[in-house]
Amino acid sequence: MASWGEASESRLIGKRINRLSGKDKVTGKAKYTFDINRPGMLYGRILRSEVAHATVMGVDTSEAEALPGVKAVIPLIEIGNKLRYQGQEIAAVAAETDDIAKDAIRLIHVDLEELPHVVTEADAMAEGAPQIREDWAGNQSEPNIREDGDLEAGFAEAAVEVEATYSTAVQTHVCLETHGHVVEWEDEQNLTVWASTQGVFGVRNDFAQHFELPANQVRVITEHMGGGFGSKFGPGIEGRAAAELSRITGKAVKLMLTRKSEHLVAGNRPSMTQNVRAGATRDGRLIAYDMKGHGTGGISSGAGFQAPYVYHVPNLRTERVNVAVNAGNQRAMRAPGHPQASFAMDSLMDELAEKLGMNPLEFRRINDANEVRQAQYTLGAQEIGWHRRNSVPGSGTGVKKRGIGVGSGLWGGGGGRGTEARVTINADGTVEAVTGTQDIGTGVRTVIAIIVAEELGLNTTDIMVKVGDSGPGLPSGGSGGSQTTPSVAPVIKTAAAAAKQKLFERIAPMLEAPIDDLRVGTGTIYVVSDRTKTITWEQATGQLGMESISEGGHWDEELRQNGAAGTQFAEVEVDTETGAVRAIKIVAVQDCGLAINRLTTESQINGGVIMGLGQALLEERFMDPYTGRMLNANLEDYKVPGTLEIPEIKSIVFDTHRRVTGVGEPPCIPTPGAIANAVYNAIGVRIRELPITPDRVLTALAEKKA
Amino acid sequence: MDKFSYINATSLEQVTSLLSESGWGEVMLIAGGTDLLGELKEYVETPKTLINLKTLPGMDGITADASGLKIGALATIDDIARHPTIQHHYTVLAQAAASVATPQIRNVGTLGGNLCQRPRCWYYRDETINCLKKGGDVCYAVDGLSKYHAILGGDPVYIVHPSDLAPALIALGASLKIVGPEGEKTLSLEEFFTLPATNPFRENVLEPNEIVVEVTVPQAKPNTKSFYLKAREKGAPDFALASVAGVFEMDGKTCKTASIVLGGVAPAPWRSKEAEAALTGMMINESVSQKAGADAVQDAQPLNDNAYKVTLTQNLISRAAMMAAS
Repeated sequence: MASWGEASESRLIGKRINRLSGKDKVTGKAKYTFDINRPGMLYGRILRSEVAHATVMGVDTSEAEALPGVKAVIPLIEIGNKLRYQGQEIAAVAAETDDIAKDAIRLIHVDLEELPHVVTEADAMAEGAPQIREDWAGNQSEPNIREDGDLEAGFAEAAVEVEATYSTAVQTHVCLETHGHVVEWEDEQNLTVWASTQGVFGVRNDFAQHFELPANQVRVITEHMGGGFGSKFGPGIEGRAAAELSRITGKAVKLMLTRKSEHLVAGNRPSMTQNVRAGATRDGRLIAYDMKGHGTGGISSGAGFQAPYVYHVPNLRTERVNVAVNAGNQRAMRAPGHPQASFAMDSLMDELAEKLGMNPLEFRRINDANEVRQAQYTLGAQEIGWHRRNSVPGSGTGVKKRGIGVGSGLWGGGGGRGTEARVTINADGTVEAVTGTQDIGTGVRTVIAIIVAEELGLNTTDIMVKVGDSGPGLPSGGSGGSQTTPSVAPVIKTAAAAAKQKLFERIAPMLEAPIDDLRVGTGTIYVVSDRTKTITWEQATGQLGMESISEGGHWDEELRQNGAAGTQFAEVEVDTETGAVRAIKIVAVQDCGLAINRLTTESQINGGVIMGLGQALLEERFMDPYTGRMLNANLEDYKVPGTLEIPEIKSIVFDTHRRVTGVGEPPCIPTPGAIANAVYNAIGVRIRELPITPDRVLTALAEKKA
Repeated sequence: MDKFSYINATSLEQVTSLLSESGWGEVMLIAGGTDLLGELKEYVETPKTLINLKTLPGMDGITADASGLKIGALATIDDIARHPTIQHHYTVLAQAAASVATPQIRNVGTLGGNLCQRPRCWYYRDETINCLKKGGDVCYAVDGLSKYHAILGGDPVYIVHPSDLAPALIALGASLKIVGPEGEKTLSLEEFFTLPATNPFRENVLEPNEIVVEVTVPQAKPNTKSFYLKAREKGAPDFALASVAGVFEMDGKTCKTASIVLGGVAPAPWRSKEAEAALTGMMINESVSQKAGADAVQDAQPLNDNAYKVTLTQNLISRAAMMAAS
């Protein structure tokens, strides 16, 4: 049976190892798509709709085409079609400089017949609202209804009930590197694409299909990329437009989205509203749960969330709809649906616990069937100092009040088939590991080096890792669902093991020992029954002559595991005069199985916590009901956490087994719930709407006073 | 941004003469550019000519002596934040300067630019929205999204003045020197700023052919304490939801004179005579400071989304007063 071996036997796996690309990134040497420049390259720009809803009556590109330096203008919408959100694509240009391209799109004249728009859920759901999706009555999808047990009997059994509305704002991904591509046709049949993507092979296949090319004639390269978070799987309209512009002009074209477009069209985390009535028994069992909720994913659907979340309720009825608004489509965003669900459920849990007069942690223990999280509650409570919380919420003295709260989450992250890899050992001792995955930022390049180096008794810096290139024809899936490491690691491990076996076969005769007696040391190979027979790695590979060893690997169920529970504790300080909430400390206890690189695992937990903190305290898309515009499609009024917002983060890698589980997404799930509960514990007033900004805190405090 | 020609300034005479060739918006001044560049990139302004003021000699100095403080309009915000005399004797100004944006912006942003910067209003900054401030018919904040808008003095344009330095300087009794084609004139900084009821399109009395050249601050009185309190959603960079510049001449816990100027809540830096009256001559305690805060906002007229600013402003004023007494 395949295994990662015991921790005590591991030289590298499970240790804290620096990212191989770290130095290149901090010195600026690392090349992102934005940094790619090709000889004679043109710059692409897209003209986008500024209105939320309109019919296109005409597009006149003649003036743009006449501008010196403009090489191509292409339409991206047909006359007579509707524009259904601000930012929707109308036309694209390619020009000799980015400035000319910018000027050119302003010379395209668009004749629009404006239609009534709705950009907020309230407006979309109002009686008599303009119908913006022909297939949905009242701008709402068919309700998704789930029933279990006997709701009425459940409420009859309940000793306490809570009825409340919880809601979260639309959050955008804010990839530091915006979406975009550099596209270059070698000839009519061969296309090279530098893409800022989390799915190299998905982008390759999309381009191949779109241009009716054999897939191996499209090469997609993503050496480094500046964040995706679920929003960067396909080439998108902008990628195809860049390729089309490049095809027409015969030149390379670079087309990167602006920051504004990134907010408008490159995806978002849908909003959520839950109207919940729930009950618990006197002895603290969740017994009844009735939820009616909605969310918007823009003009598309996809605003789903789980309710109830994590904790078991035997009697329930839930009803959920998608609401359409004239705004850009949602895309998967780090643990789609989960942080919203966790915030609502963990807020509800605290409200019920209070009504029962029960410690909220005790109440969770009663209702949580997950054994991992039960252990995490104990550890996290100890780390944060749970006993320090206000037993009476809001009872602290002074203007600045502190509080402590808890939240929970669950994710999969088990990986899957579909990765091919090769590990090559050359006669000069060099080792290459190649696969078509991409490093979305989690550090998979380093993970691959660690696995190969461990298997071959080398150092991570001895391994030349090549990822982010479809050229070698070794496919791997997109980096989504926290699947990258659990999908790639087993294949790399088995490939390295196979290469090692081949090397042993080649040198066994020289060492006059059976193959099974050979072992790797550190930079050496030796015979286990006779240690005097030890040779260096280079002496061993020197036997290969002209013939390198190159072996593939295979996915192995036994080397990975699905399911990652998480619990977080937050301590916050609320300034009751200014409404400012400052996170003091977050303890994140994250189930992850075997952390191949403990350092980058911790980094992922840190990053998830920071993103969750942004959702909890800062981030909100503002849509103007009158003009239909997003008013904060920038980084001035769309506020993401900066260094001053980031608290002490205690990232605890809670490795419960020796199989690999991905953790890219789950660490952002429990943060908003933990922070919201901490705010309540601090001030004794519950904020049921995210983000918890000063206006909401001051309004809530004023209502309490009144 | 649109194309423009770029001229290095050689003298104030040359600058005012170039400015006199047209009205607003054709010829514009640039120093740090931290505000103007944003406007150009968003096509909110589309000047034909930019005059670079950084080439003007001798306009970036800070001098402090017995007569007070003189700060050239080209002094950077960072120069002001780090100046030892300002930190010690004009604390409110140093604190306000240090609260501006980020180190990068403070390093290039200038005093003159900070005082003359345009509103951050999200309707105003959107090229495609022709709001009242830009010559349209409607201030969209009135019925639209008004979280960051004015609660005082708004009618008919509900922008807030974004400057941090202006409230601090007004609280310190600063004057401003302006040069135009006719020569120079000096006016109090308080008189420099105007409300939309007077002129909905501009935030101050500067004429299109005039330039701000210097700010003077009278010598701080002994036993003066001063503070700049700035509430914001993010540590940095972020503009004020509300700010209070408070200068208090104290005799023990008794406030002899108080100067209270608010930022982020009105279309101009807002001197609160009500708060000053509530504090002057009073022994400061919790009820006195709270009354000062309450008096300051008694005439506030919040819009749909910014009633919280009333409470916030009130609380900041009483906090500043309590700090003066402690």
